[in-house]
This record gives sequence, structure tokens and C-alpha cells, in this order.
Amino acid sequence: MSKYECPCDYVYDPAEGDFENGIEAGTAFEDLPDSWVCPLCGAEKEFFEKLD
Amino acid sequence: MFKPVEIAPGIYSVGCRDWDIRDFHGYSTYEGTSYNAFLILDEKNVLIDTVKKEFAQELLDNISKIIDPADIDVVISNHTEMDHSGALTTVMKRIGSDKTVLCSKMGLKNLNSHFPGKLNLRAVENGEELCLGKRTLAFMETRMLHWPDSMFTYAKEDKILFSSDAFGQHYAGDCAFDDEIGERVMDHAAKYYANILLNYSTKVQGLLTSVQASGLEINMICPDHGVIFRKDPGAIIAKYDQWSRQECSRKAVIIFDTMWKSTAVMAREVAKGIESRDVHVRLMNTRKCHRSDIMTEVMDAKALVVGSPTLNNGIFPVVADVLTYIKGLRPQNRLAAAFGSYGWSGEAVKILNREFEAMKMEVIHEGLKVQYVPEPGDLENCFSMGKDIADKIIETS
Repeated sequence: MSKYECPCDYVYDPAEGDFENGIEAGTAFEDLPDSWVCPLCGAEKEFFEKLD
Repeated sequence: MFKPVEIAPGIYSVGCRDWDIRDFHGYSTYEGTSYNAFLILDEKNVLIDTVKKEFAQELLDNISKIIDPADIDVVISNHTEMDHSGALTTVMKRIGSDKTVLCSKMGLKNLNSHFPGKLNLRAVENGEELCLGKRTLAFMETRMLHWPDSMFTYAKEDKILFSSDAFGQHYAGDCAFDDEIGERVMDHAAKYYANILLNYSTKVQGLLTSVQASGLEINMICPDHGVIFRKDPGAIIAKYDQWSRQECSRKAVIIFDTMWKSTAVMAREVAKGIESRDVHVRLMNTRKCHRSDIMTEVMDAKALVVGSPTLNNGIFPVVADVLTYIKGLRPQNRLAAAFGSYGWSGEAVKILNREFEAMKMEVIHEGLKVQYVPEPGDLENCFSMGKDIADKIIETS
């Protein structure tokens, strides 16, 4: 599963998830709900870029 | 300014003052603003940042009073936003279109979006250094302070920080330095922080911590707007520390609007109740106070009290404007309460409470709504709500 980077520098790591916002560890970026936004800057999923 | 100011031997402030601007993308700028740019003379001559597009010639005129712009070797763009890079392509034609423009990694993307193929851009790494001869410049990535492309440039030998928009103030006056303008600078800087940076407070805290840990010495801070901090750069850093902690004082801001004065009367009674407990209160009518001035007051207010009449089943449009603005700037750890008058259907209070919850504020009262005109009993309830708000402020501060 790939990591994704927000323009603000936050990196979504599927291995960690986003506990504070109810996303369990092991959740792929693609499986995040559409309502999920960057926990740091509030940007929506479509603005994230896939990291190699 | 119409002439360069030498801020350190061989380092000049060459930017421009925008005396006329009163609305800076929705931020009220009663004293205009300045677009600061800096020229460093060394074996390699460097220009740090440019100005808004329409000031390009004025910037070139200022530079020409010191050197021929064609003798500039490198240009640094600390921030893409058009008040700092709008003049870039015009200025580069005079400096030399083949000369390098250094920027951050995100700056490269953003400048390419604004000026596709027109600039010879090179992205610097965080911490990368550039030797100019006698001087060394170091680049610090400062993403989201306040755009993804934002970076600082630090002149190591002179210990001068070119901080882009951070530490800026919208001010165009006769003063170029903190010691000339005096205490007033902090009012401008507070407004700037509240309206531009408050939502990135966590990032500001992170930056201040890492700067402190690195032992970086700062003799002077040169922001891209307003005056330069040469007498006491520590004072503005201390303020940024305070503001980014979102520490509040014992203060409530009542933001309201009114159609036939009922909500205004309620607002005054709520204010009286708050004041009766010796808690500071500000009454701000959304059609009399600019949203950016309201935001400045909200920055250190523990409680946000919002009053809106119900208009066509919704909240009053000007109140909605201000609330949307406040929401985006993400004040944290606040208390909130709503009130308002209505005619035949009174949805405003319910809508306001929902908004408070979306902003993660603690709603401390279910809200007060009054049909048409408040009666004495309603006014007592408003006063009492004010007292409850004040007590909660005292309890939580």
C-alpha cells in the first residue's frame, strides 16, 4: 500500500492510519472515505499525491 | 519606499509601498501595505523576492539606485503568492531571463503553474546553502507558513532572517524598522497573524521549537510586508509563540447583526451580563466591523457569542460571511453561544449551534431565541446568559 503526501507536507501512511479521525491502521489511501480530509491542513483527498 | 534603505552593510531593502490598498483579498488594510524585497551585494549579487506586478518598475528603479539590475546573479523566491512574485517575469527580463530563480520544491510547482516555461527555476533542498562570496545563505523550507511553497532564507554571517510572509504586517508608512514605529507594530502583526496564520498555529509551534533547538541566532527579521525587526526580533518571536499557542484572555466577542434592532438589543444585554462579572467583552456588528478586525479580536477571546436574526429560514448573510471566515482560520479551544430574534420561524440559533460544533467549539448554552421583540423577561435571560458565559470563561481560564 502506498503512502500519499498532502501539499502541506503531511504524509498519509496506511500502516499507521489516522487514529484521531477514526481511520484504523492498515487502511489503504484509496479506501479512506471521501469525507476524510488532511488532519493538518484540511485538504481533500484529491489534492494528495502518491509517493513512490 | 521610493529609495532603497541599507539595512546592513551591503544589504538593502528595495521593495515598494502600496499606499492605496485598503482591501487585501478581503483583509482590511487601513494603512496600506508594503511588498518588501531585498538586495544583497557580494561576489554574487542576490535579489530576495519581488513585488506585486504593477510595482515592477518601481522595484527596478530602486535596485538601479544601487546597481544595474543586470548585475544581479541569482533571484530567490521565498513565496509564490502574486504580491511577491507577480513582478518576477518583468523583473527577470531586465535582470536576464536566463538567470536562476531559486525556490522551494513546492515553489517550483507553483511558479511553473503561474508562469509556465518563463523562468529558469531551480528548487533548493531544505538546509541547502548558497555561497555568495563573503556571505552564505541557507534555505529553510517552511511549508504552510502560509503556503506549501513558503520558505525562509537566512544570511548566516549577518544573522538576518528573510522570513517571507511570516512576521509580516500590512503597513505602509514612514517607518522602516520596529524601533521607528514602536509598539504599534504589534497591533499590525497581531492582525496579520489572526488573519493569515492562525490556522497554521501547529506548524508555527513546530517551527519555533526547531529554530530554538537548532540554536539559530537572529539579529534581524526581514518579513515581506511591513517593518523590519532590527531592535528586538525576540519580541515578535515571543508574540508568535503566544499567538500560536492560542492562549486566550478573559474576553468574549459578541458578533451579531440585526434587522429591526431586536437582536442588537439582545446583544447589549448579553454584553452587560458578561461585563457584570468583570470579563472583557466586545460588541461587533458584522455590518459595521470588517471581518478581518473581528478575526483579530477573536484571536485571544475565550468565548465567541454569535447573534443572528433568522432571515428566510437561515442565518443573516453577513453573519454567515464572518462565520465562514472564522471557521477557516480555525480558532481552537473556544466556548460558544448563540442568540437571535425571529419572526415566524427561528432557525438561526440551531444553525449557529451546528456551526459551533463543526468548529469544535464547546457550546455552553442551548441558545436564546426571541420572537419579534424582546420583552423584559427575555432581556433578563440575555443578561443571565451573559453571566453564565462569563462564569464559564473564568472557570476555564
